[in-house]
Order: sequence, then C-alpha cells, then structure tokens
Amino acid sequence: MRIFTAVIAIAVGLMVLFGYFFQPFVGIQTLLLNWAMILAGVASFVGIFNLIAVHTDKVRRAEKGSVYSALLVIALAVTFVFGLILRPQHEIMQTLLNGVIIPVEATLMGLLTVTLLYAAIRLLRRRADVMSVVFILTAVLIFLGSATLPFGDVPIFGTLIRPWVSQIWALGGARGILIGVALGTLVTGLRVLFGIDRPYGGK
Amino acid sequence: MTSLLALGILLLSAFLLLTIALLKRKSVSRFREIPALTRLVRMLGLSVEDGKRLHISLGHGSLLDERGGSAFAGLAALRIISEKTSVSDMPSVASAGDPALGLLTQDTMQAGYQAAGVEELYVPTTSRVTGLTPFSYAAGAMHIASNENVSTNIMIGHFGAEAGLLADSSDRNHVVLIGASDNLAGQSILYASAQDALIGEELFAAGAYLGAGASHSASLTVQDILRWLIIIVLIGGAAAKFMGVI
Repeated sequence: MRIFTAVIAIAVGLMVLFGYFFQPFVGIQTLLLNWAMILAGVASFVGIFNLIAVHTDKVRRAEKGSVYSALLVIALAVTFVFGLILRPQHEIMQTLLNGVIIPVEATLMGLLTVTLLYAAIRLLRRRADVMSVVFILTAVLIFLGSATLPFGDVPIFGTLIRPWVSQIWALGGARGILIGVALGTLVTGLRVLFGIDRPYGGK
Repeated sequence: MTSLLALGILLLSAFLLLTIALLKRKSVSRFREIPALTRLVRMLGLSVEDGKRLHISLGHGSLLDERGGSAFAGLAALRIISEKTSVSDMPSVASAGDPALGLLTQDTMQAGYQAAGVEELYVPTTSRVTGLTPFSYAAGAMHIASNENVSTNIMIGHFGAEAGLLADSSDRNHVVLIGASDNLAGQSILYASAQDALIGEELFAAGAYLGAGASHSASLTVQDILRWLIIIVLIGGAAAKFMGVI
C-alpha cells in the first residue's frame, strides 16, 4: 500500500512538473491541479470535523478552557445551519461576516500592534547583541520616516533615510533571504517528488 | 529561454541531490552550530523528562502554492519529533492552519509513532486544524500553548504577522519558543519575539539537524552549492554590466 501511494504521488508530481516545461503535459497538468483543488475543498470539510472532534472532546473531559470550546462548537453549528438554509450571500450571513468575523480579525491585528511594540522593547533584555541593536535602530528609523505625525513628516527621515534603508539595505537583505528560502523550497520539493520524504501513507 | 534555464537548474539540483545523498549514506555529517536547532534538540529530551508536551505549529501554508515548501519542511521535522517524543506521558501536539496540511500532519504524526513501534499510543486529536484563516489559526494555536501543559512551542512553516500573537502567548506562559517562517514579516517578528529564531533557509535545515537522514544532509549541501552558483552569477553579471559586456 505504501509503495502504491508513493508511486501515485511521484507520478502525479512529475506530470504536474512536466506541464510547466512541455506542451503535451499542459492538459493533464490542468486536470490534476483541478482535482487537487477539489480535494483541498474536501480536506476543508475534514479539517472542520477535526476541529469539532478536538473541541467536543475538550468539553466532554471538562478541560481547562472548555467553555470556549463549547462556544466554538455552538457558533460553528449555528453558522453552518444558517449558511445552509439562507446561503452565504444572504443579508443575515453577510451581517454575521461583517459584524463578527471581520471585526474580530481586525481586533487581533490591533492587538498585534501592541504585542510587537512590547516584543521590540523586550528584545534588548532577551538578546543584547549588535544585531538586536541594529534591528531596533532600523525599526525606529523606518518608523520615523513613515509615521503620520500631527506636525507632518520628519525632515530627512522620510525623504532620505527611510528610502535609503528600505530600498537598498532592506531590499538587498530581503532578496538574499528569499533566494535562500527558494533554494530550500526547491530541494524540499525534490525530496518529496522523489519519494524520499513521504508525508503520506504511513511510515 | 527562461523555461530552459529553470529546467536546467531543476535537473542540476536533482542530479546533485541524488548523487550527494548516495555519497553521504555511509558518512557522518557535521553541521555548523545553529543555536535555535541546538536548543530544539535539547528540548526534545527535556520535554520527555519533564512530563510536558511540545507544540509543533506548522503554520497556514497551503500545499497548492509556493508556501508548500516550508510546510513540507515542517512535516519532515514533525516526523522526527513525533517519533522521539512518542513514549512521553504527554504526547506532542501539532497544529495546522490549512486543512490539507492538517491531514498530512495526522499522517506524519502517526508515521512517527509507527516508526517508534508504539502506534497504539497515537491519539488522533493531537494533530489539529485550529483555524482556516491566519488569525483564527493563531487564536486556536495560542489556546494550546496556554492550556495544555506545553514546555516548548516549535513554529516551523508559513507564518505572517500573526506569529507575534503566538510568540506573545508563549512568552506569557513561560513556554520556550523556537520559530522559523518562510515569510519575511513572520521572520522579522519571530526574530524580535522568540528566544531563538531561524532566519531564511535555516528553516529547511531542521530535518537534517534532528537526524532525518542522509537525504536531508545532502539537501543542505545542494543548497550551499546552488547558493555559491547564484553568488558567482550575480557577481559575474554585475562585473559584466560594469564593463559594458551586457
């Protein structure tokens, strides 16, 4: 069984890859990618069942924070039932989306601002080295150059220092990091393609 | 022309990977010190002794796009971690923010238990999909760090700005955080928030440092070779441009 799944995975991977380079494989590549989309949709459904299983288990065992788990399961069931009956485009469903989900995500984003400021302050206490000082200084320079202040832009910072730091130093560094990530992704992909790494079908 | 170049790089990488993996099969690999990965190896042993669990967050990278690379790197690390901690009283917990990744997380963890010969100890609910959007995923994963007796939070995968929330939750609960992301925003946040952060391609080295085998060590060598080739091409290109050749 393990060999069978590996053969299928490798064959599908190769056909999708060939589709990028050889014209005759484009059709089969599109077909396989469409199948992958459908499977990803089904996986979403399975993922939601996993979410329900984990949280109902927490409620059953009366674990710490199980009230939130109960709330999650109830909210999920109510949203699912209403969504099924009313359809996602219905006014009530849109209100639910715009009035609950988007504000909650925006709140988390707002919380993140405070969290990051706190993390930056604590950085020097956690790791007092040259790189941490450079990190903080760069962040402060960029902040001074981009912040909307009541008295207008800070001279020199917005026009000279910020573009110099972000478009030369930061861009160069970012490209270097992204090249490294791309090489890592390429080699990891090849390991999966050759069946050396098989995150499917058991050991 | 671009397609041919891409195909050439791909074939060269594949050839190098297979050849070096074969050559490295019988030799012991030596790596440079990466503090985050040294700490990770130490925390694996400590968590079993302390009776606390590890939380492996694999991020919300989709397997259908370029973010899949970091997700697969995270899965490779998860495979080793689950095998090494499978006999602990407190089994490791893995969380994912993408449904397909969640399925592979379950399969990978189960494979780790199988390899350790204790498949019957595997609990399916230890591999979880905690949310389907970045922030809902982070909110679900934060809950694990604060409520499930976690000693170390290992973040390997695709994380954006929401990594800050997970890092803050770990900090408040005195949980050791080891973080790696393929996203630049995620990396900078983890650098500022985590005790040890992995930068850039170090994310893909986790498997090799955890002892995943010759193929992972070979991957690092291939990455080094390709990186030097790119450096030579960049410097050569700049020199040629400077001299007016191109």
